[in-house]
Amino acid sequence: MAILVFVEQRNGQIRAVTREALGEATRLAAGLGGPVVGVCAAAADPGLAALGSAGASEVLLAKHDSFARYAAAGYTRAVLAAVERVKPAAVLFPASAMGRDLAPRVAARLGVGLAADCTALAIEGGKLMATRPVYAGKAIQRVGFPKAPALVSLRPKVFAPAAGAPTNGGSGAPATVTPLEVAADPRDARARVVEVTSGAGGKVDLTEAEIIVSGGRGLKGPENFAMIEELAAALGATVGASRAVVDAGWRPHGDQVGQTGKTVSPKLYVAVAISGAIQHLAGMSSSRCIVAINKDPEAPIFKIADYGLVGDAFEVVPALTEAVRKLNAAHV
Amino acid sequence: MLQVVCIKQVADSETRVKVASDGRSLDPAGVTWILNPYDEFALEQALRLREKEGAGEVLVISLGGAGVQATLRSALALGADRAIHLRNDGAAPDPLAVARALAAEIGTLKADLVWFGRQAIDDDQASVGPMVGELLELPSVTVVAAMTLEGGRARVEREIEGGREIVEVELPAVLAADKGLNEPRYASLKGIMAAKRKPIEEKPAALGEPGLEFLSLALPPSRGAGRIVGQGAAGVAELVKVLREEAKVI
Repeated sequence: MAILVFVEQRNGQIRAVTREALGEATRLAAGLGGPVVGVCAAAADPGLAALGSAGASEVLLAKHDSFARYAAAGYTRAVLAAVERVKPAAVLFPASAMGRDLAPRVAARLGVGLAADCTALAIEGGKLMATRPVYAGKAIQRVGFPKAPALVSLRPKVFAPAAGAPTNGGSGAPATVTPLEVAADPRDARARVVEVTSGAGGKVDLTEAEIIVSGGRGLKGPENFAMIEELAAALGATVGASRAVVDAGWRPHGDQVGQTGKTVSPKLYVAVAISGAIQHLAGMSSSRCIVAINKDPEAPIFKIADYGLVGDAFEVVPALTEAVRKLNAAHV
Repeated sequence: MLQVVCIKQVADSETRVKVASDGRSLDPAGVTWILNPYDEFALEQALRLREKEGAGEVLVISLGGAGVQATLRSALALGADRAIHLRNDGAAPDPLAVARALAAEIGTLKADLVWFGRQAIDDDQASVGPMVGELLELPSVTVVAAMTLEGGRARVEREIEGGREIVEVELPAVLAADKGLNEPRYASLKGIMAAKRKPIEEKPAALGEPGLEFLSLALPPSRGAGRIVGQGAAGVAELVKVLREEAKVI
């Protein structure tokens, strides 16, 4: 049976999370013995044929002027039309802002279950099983699906994109792009994206960052995040923050890592002056490598850090920034 | 204006998860139960809109066992006018089942706004709000971080990667609130006293077929403590070295 993957585009660019979902779909398809088909809603073809190298044999394109920006109702109908045509065993979405908004709508319309923000998928006895963190990562839940199609969204940065081709099912040939008719519905206009604003310098979102440098209350004041910003710039990282810092108004909520903020899994997470409350650890303990910088050697953060440096952030951070800059200069 | 706020009782964020003997759910022993933090923003926004209009009603709904009434009572203490408790004494249902039960109830109410938190901090599904929107055939917007209401329309902002989407939505609508939408109030003593006299109507939850089968709940593989590479600025050189040569992350 086929696997359908929602192809996410913004501003005519196919987003990286799409290739991650296609990569996992390709691995699952090897177990199910069916094709990987994409579905994309857009105002114009964002270059879908290229997704052949990511594992898709065909991509259905629902083209409409109103699909230039995310249009929840219209995109939902596009995915429903693709499900109707492909009759997939499973539909994979990226657990991005768009995918997390879209997938539950499709699930409700189909009357099937959705496992959101999954970190592993497997085929067992011909059926899909999904693994997903709950309690922001304090526990891991496994779920099955009584009815097909099984809907899942995949946490960004967790699944590997298909590595270039023939080895894993995809032929590497360009994907066939097939037009998908989606009937217009005047009720779509009831909710409409009228504008998209971009945040400070178009920084990489925490959920998609390779490296994160987070600051905590030990930094004493919002002005001291300047040194965190500098370290982040040297590392090519995104800045995060603890809940205490966000609640104090030093940083916007979008920066918060933890159970009432974002759950992240970068390859490197640097926690500066963060003691490591359980709700913070929940949001970042799936990071590949964790570095803790804290002056209190008893801070709980050291219990989960791969590397710890006991010291005053005000001494350590500038020195670390300098060392990273030197390293960058030596490796250009 | 009638506003319905759907709230969930969840384990406090400081909870250390223990798995119950069924191997599928949270061991409730010793857990402190709270109003889901994101639902506080939804409730606060509904209360502010009612206060600004000087009229209207805020109805809170929650689904769950007998214990849920404490959370409904705390929402009444914050200022909600009345509550409906959709009683379910069985295991925690999946989002689709919850959405169906809520939609069956809310569909009879003619609400102008139906509020949710962006997600519950226990199962982190973030699904019930938009599912209810679809089941009721109402427009819905998730992750609402700012909102203004004018006439029959709301203008809301939602956070996306690297920016915000500004969405205009016609009422009636379903909105899911994010942190940052407002600063929730604390219950006053007067509010707590008044809540004791406010009605909580109890009904069975019409759950229907589940969308998911819960197979197991387990603790994540523990992350062993690593090592301390040094003290103060003097340890920086060693830290950079291990990050580059051992962890290979920079």
